[in-house]
This record gives sequence, C-alpha cells and structure tokens, in this order.
Amino acid sequence: MNYFLKRSGGLVVLFFGITLISFAVIHLAPGGPTDIYSQMNPKVSAEAAEKMQKLYGLDRPLLEQYGSWAKRVFFFDFGRSFRDGRPVTKKIAAAIPVTLLMSVLSLLFILAAGIPLGIYGAVHEGTRRDGVLSAVLLAGFSLPVFWAALLAMSYFGVGLRVLPVAGIHSLFFDEMTFFEKIRDVAWHLILPVSLSALAGLAGISRFMRANLIQVLKENYIRTARAKGLSERKVLYGHALPNAILPLLTLLGLSVPGLLGGSVIFESIFSIPGMGRLFFDSVFARDYPVIMGVLVLGAILTLLGNFLADWAYAACDPRIRLGEKF
Amino acid sequence: MRVRNRAFFLFLFLFSAPVFASADERRGDAFVTSSIAEPSNLIPFLASDSASAEVSRLLFNGLVKYDKNLKLTGDLASDWDIEEGGLVIVFHLRKNVRWQDGEPFTARDVAFTFRALTNPSVPTPYGGDFEKVVSLETPDPHTVRVRYKEPFSPGLASWSVGIVPEHLLKDADWPATGFSRNPVGTGPYKLVQWTSGEKLVLRANPDYFEGAPFIARVVYRILPEPTTAFLELETENIDSAALSPLQFKRQTGTPFFKTHYAKYAFPSFSYTYIGYNLRNPLFADKKVRKAIGLAIHKQEIIDTVLLGYGRAATGPFLADGWAADPAIGPSGFDPSRAKALLAEAGWRDTSGDGILDRGGRRFSFTILTNWGNTDRKMACEIIQKRLRDVGIEMNIQTLEWSVLLREFIGKKRFEAVLLGWQLSPEPDPYDIFHSSKTGPGQFNFVSYKNEEADRLMEEARRIFPEAERAKIYHRLHGILSEDEPYTFLYVPESLVALHRRFKGVEPAPAGIGHNFIEWYVLKNERKYR
Repeated sequence: MNYFLKRSGGLVVLFFGITLISFAVIHLAPGGPTDIYSQMNPKVSAEAAEKMQKLYGLDRPLLEQYGSWAKRVFFFDFGRSFRDGRPVTKKIAAAIPVTLLMSVLSLLFILAAGIPLGIYGAVHEGTRRDGVLSAVLLAGFSLPVFWAALLAMSYFGVGLRVLPVAGIHSLFFDEMTFFEKIRDVAWHLILPVSLSALAGLAGISRFMRANLIQVLKENYIRTARAKGLSERKVLYGHALPNAILPLLTLLGLSVPGLLGGSVIFESIFSIPGMGRLFFDSVFARDYPVIMGVLVLGAILTLLGNFLADWAYAACDPRIRLGEKF
Repeated sequence: MRVRNRAFFLFLFLFSAPVFASADERRGDAFVTSSIAEPSNLIPFLASDSASAEVSRLLFNGLVKYDKNLKLTGDLASDWDIEEGGLVIVFHLRKNVRWQDGEPFTARDVAFTFRALTNPSVPTPYGGDFEKVVSLETPDPHTVRVRYKEPFSPGLASWSVGIVPEHLLKDADWPATGFSRNPVGTGPYKLVQWTSGEKLVLRANPDYFEGAPFIARVVYRILPEPTTAFLELETENIDSAALSPLQFKRQTGTPFFKTHYAKYAFPSFSYTYIGYNLRNPLFADKKVRKAIGLAIHKQEIIDTVLLGYGRAATGPFLADGWAADPAIGPSGFDPSRAKALLAEAGWRDTSGDGILDRGGRRFSFTILTNWGNTDRKMACEIIQKRLRDVGIEMNIQTLEWSVLLREFIGKKRFEAVLLGWQLSPEPDPYDIFHSSKTGPGQFNFVSYKNEEADRLMEEARRIFPEAERAKIYHRLHGILSEDEPYTFLYVPESLVALHRRFKGVEPAPAGIGHNFIEWYVLKNERKYR
C-alpha cells in the first residue's frame, strides 16, 4: 500500500513537472498567437496586435502565466482556444472519437492480419515463401504513407470510383437513416484504416515471427513433439501462448498513441482528429489547446506507466516489497 | 431580309432560353466548395483568416462594398455624402433590411458595430482603421454620421466591414463564441450547420434585400490537403477549387475535366517582391538595388514558377487598378547595365573569385522567405543564379512564418526578404511605405524614407475623388519605381475551376464571385436537392 501511495505522490509531481516544461517550451518558441492576425496584413496595426497580446495575458511574466494556468487546470478549466474562442475541452472531446475509432480499427486490423502472417513466417522460416513475405512487408513498411495514400485515393476513388476519396461522412450525412449512416462511415473508413494499418503490419508480424521462432526452439517444444503431439497442438497449444505474451507488453505501450492520431493521415483524408487539432494549434500558437492536448498525453503516459508498474508489482513480489528484502 | 430576321429571332430564342428561365425555375441545387482551413470565427471583425472572411462575406453586409469593377458602391447604405471637406461621411441606410431573425436593421446596429470595433476588450485586428473616427452619430434610424479627426479617404472603404446585430450581441462576452458559431446577419445566406473540422452548410436567405440567391445551399468542405481537394474535384464531389499552376496547365486537360469544369484565370490581389533592409549599408545605395532589379529576369520566374500564369509587377498597386500608373513598366532585364551600376557604386571583383567586393567586403547576402511556400523558394533559387551571373552571392534561408516575422523582420535583423503583400481595392500604401511606420511590428520594415513620397501619401489620404487621388498615386508609383526600396517581382494569377452546371458566371476585374447570388443551375442539370 505504502508503495502505491509513494508512486501516486510521485506521479502528481511528475505531472506538474511535465506541464511546466511543456508550457515553457511552447511559450519560448518564437512567435505568438497574435501572429496569425497580423500575418502581413497592412490593415492590422501594431497597436491592435499589442492590444490582443494584453487581452490574452501574454504580456505578463512566463511564470505568472503558468501559475494562473496551473491554478485553473486544478479545477479542470483548460481555458478557451485563442483561435476560435471555444473551450479547449470541447475541442478535444470532439476530436477524440474519430481518432480513437480509426486507431482502434487499424490496431485490430494489424493484429488480425499481423499475427497470422507472423505465424506463417515462423512456421515456414527460411523458405522462399517466408522470404517473399518478408520482402512484401518490408516494402509496405518503407512506403511513404502519404504517397501510398494518394495513389490509393486516386486509384480507388477517382479511377474506379468504388470508394470515397476523403472525409468520414458523405455530404448530406444528416439526412440519412441510422443504418445508412453506419454504412457510410464504414465506407469512408476503408481506405484510411487499411492504409494506416499497412505500416504497422510489418512491425507486429515481424515481432510475432521472431518470438515464435525463439519459442519453437525451446526445450518444452521439443518435449511436446517428442511425446507425439500433433504439430497443430504443439504450435497453437504450447508455442503460441508463450510467443504472444511479449506482444501484450508492446500493445500496452501503444495505448497513449491511440489518441495521438496522425497528422499526415488526417490531413490527406480530411479527418478532423487529434493529430490535426494539435498540428494546427502548434502552427497557430494556440497555447491553451496545445497545453490541453499535452496534458492529455501526459496523463495517458503516466497512467500507462503506472498500470505497467502495477502489473509488474502484482506479478513480482520483489518489486512490491522493495527494501524489505 | 425578313427571313434572315426571323432566323435571327429563332436563334435568339433558342440560345437565350436559359436567360429567360423564371426566377423560381433557377432556384435550387447546392454549391459545394472546399476550404483549406477551418474558419476560426464568423464575426466579421474578428474573422482575420481568409477561410473565415470568405464564409462571413455571405452572412453579413457592410455599409459599402466593391462592385465587379472594384468601385465602391452601396451595400447596407444606399448611398453616402462627404461633408465638411471630407471630415464627415454621412451614410444613408437602406430601409426594409431585416436581420435573419426578423428584427429590422437600423443605424443602432452600425453604432454598436463601431463601439465593438473600438472596444479594448474585443480582440479585433481591424480597429486601426477606426482610430481616426472622432464620433459616430445616428440622427435617425437610417442615417449614420461619422466624423473624422482629419479627412481620411481610405476610411470610406473600411466601412465595408460586416455590420453585426446589436440586439443579439449587446450583452456578449467577447469573443462571443455563441454568436460566432451561430451568426445572424443580413446577408444572402445563413449558417445552418457547422461540423468542426468537416464542413459548414449555408442556406439561402429568402428575405435577402437584394433578392434571394438562386443557389439554395452552399457547402464549405474543409480539405486541408490541396491534393485531396483536386482528387475530390476529379470525382465531382466538389464544384469549385483553387488550382495550382501545374494543375491548371497540365492536369486538367482530360476530356472528363473539360466537359465538366470551366477554368478561370485572373490577376490575384497580391504581389511578390524583394524587400531590402535599407538600414543595411549594402543596400543603402540606390544603384545597388537597381542593379539587382536589372539582374533579375522576371518573366523567367513567371514562366518557371507560375508556368506563365502571372505578370511582372511594377509597383504596390492592384495591377489593373486606378491607382497604378499604366505607363510604368517593370524594371527590365539587363545584366550588363546591372554590372555597370554596381561598378559605379564601387563594387569590383578584385580578388578574382567571381564575386564582387569593395573595401575588402564581398558582395554576399542572405535572403529570407517563409517556409512552406515552394513558389517563393523556387523564385529565390532562380534569382540566386541570376545574381551570381553579375557577381553577387545570395544565400537562401527559409524560416517558419512566426519566427521570420518576430525574430527577423520585427527586429530588423535581415538583409533582404522575398515575400508577398495581399492587396485590397483601396490602394493606400501608407502603412507600408510611410516613414512614420518603421517602428517595431510596423509594416515599413525596410525603413523606406522619402520626403516627397511621405507627402504624397499624406495628401492622398485627405482627398476623396478617385481621379484626383489617382494622379497622386501615379506620381508615387513613379517614385517607388525609381527608388526601388522593393524590387517588384510578379503578380500571380488566381486559378479556379468551376463546375459547368453553374450559369450566370461573369468574370470581371473582381473575379468570378462578385455576382454569386445570381448564379443558377438549370433544373435538368441539378445535382443536389
């Protein structure tokens, strides 16, 4: 119990440390939110730009700005976007579902295709087929995604006209029935999800293959084979469960990434997700939104670490009991 | 003769049938277009980005507007008088204009908009134009008297700012997000839906004071990637998009594209230039600036970077506008004259390395431009080669916009920049070239100072009649061309594709959007309900 209290106390300190550093870094980056107004527009006078600096409180010392920000965050008030005046929490909440839907679907897709491919590669290790498969996966991994995405959009969307080019909804989505809506979203997600899975596929399947090859060389596999079990049972009953375990750790680490989104994909496919929100905010120096997204990221990462620690502690008494030994 | 006449009438009847289609028959369909960014705020005087301005233009009206020939004309004001030698502008407002919620539009709304524009807690970037206003009176609901500190003719155009309703905003907590996402204007369209990051849907205002627009719905789809927008154009999912020169010239020649889209090209309201830091000893000498101007082959840049869709810029005014002196041409391309000028200024290649030098200093400088603008970077590279030919070494550095503005231009830590200015039909270049505007954050960052130019710019601000102002600006145009604080490079063309089903499109100096409310689609060609 003592261990958890200490850990959580440390987390709070760590959290504010992270926010202080992020706050300092983005404010010290040259430029400011009022630049987008005065973007070389002769109608915007220097006085007006100064007035806006004052309104946003940007003329005060950095530490004071951080203090008032931290105070508000303590009461879960992330402020309003400089760019459009909407509450930061609202903007983030609007972007999360799309990003989450896309990344979860693409992760499922990666697992559904990557694990079997990895097994296939491990079983046929060193054969010609394994070589071809490796080469294809490597090619998929190395393709610049934006280029592949544009080719796919051009081929399936413009050439064949079987899939929509961009967006996640049809134009007059609101006039559709419930089932039409589901079909419409699914239709729009095919290209972005399969393309974003393309790059991840190579990693997971290679990882799976390497693990399985390792496990297949273990003594207990030899024992299983020696006692006359079918190759099928050996593979799926004994080898696979052991080979999949490390994969779970890898998945646990990818949880914060699920909400990160991808700027490239979201821009090319015109999907209003987290990646684009963050990217646009950075370029507009929209500090409240940037900080909101960073805080979310910090919480997820810390939570992920905490859960990992907890899981290790649950499994390994040496960590839990610490100095008593 | 008679027979021919009859044939003529038959001809007239057949081919002008669409023109005679009744108003009700024209009404319908939707215009779907793309926007590269999401509008930030639809309140006209808070809308500083082009995406917001474009949408808010259809929702709100100003007191005045520019017509298709870029002349100021009445909008919410039917006309105006200039009184007391230009100190007072009296606007006569249209009667029977109603806000989209049914309330009548009156002078009170104008007064309210003015108070908001000058209110210190309203984050508007456009307050500057109204600082010279001493008072604004509304003697009756349809008259607005604006009194200026001194006669200020550019002030008239500043009243094209969209007027907002007092009854909905008087208790607003700025930046008034509730209203900015559900705006109520006087304009031809009203906003019915805004899905963040995805699209905005506008519906025709049936009670619009100039008559309801024919196109029933306008949809702005937010497509941040221009390539995606082009693919959407190729599948007819959007009806109009801005094209790059490459797309315009090489990728839109397919039979499909030709039958479905019409392409338009017209000079944009902007120019690209090289600005020299005149406080830098390198560029203090006019001969050096002129030599650089002569060493650059402008048509070459236009042909390479813009694939020919542009023209050489001659000065800081709209290319075909009334303020520009048509007699002034661009500075020519003459490398030998450039070399001679540099020699006159004392620059010679004594070290024999191909680069000129004077008093031990090599003629080498760095030009800055903003990151992400490939056209500008390409122009820099072409210029680099041409300057090398006359013995000048030019390095190129691209910087992120904010950094360039704050750290280099704002602090005057640059030698030369390659940038562009957006222009409006109001030509006043005071902020850019007047010697009083060289302070930090102000726009005469090249520190140009010429007493005659200063005087001309001050004088032009005091005069209202266009013909008289034009004479002054023509003279100013000559001085700037002679002094060359900027080397004016080119005016790019705006390139647009528009679906052919839209009829009534009328290209004019103002572009094609000026009569949007008169565009229509024939019944059998409609695509959307």
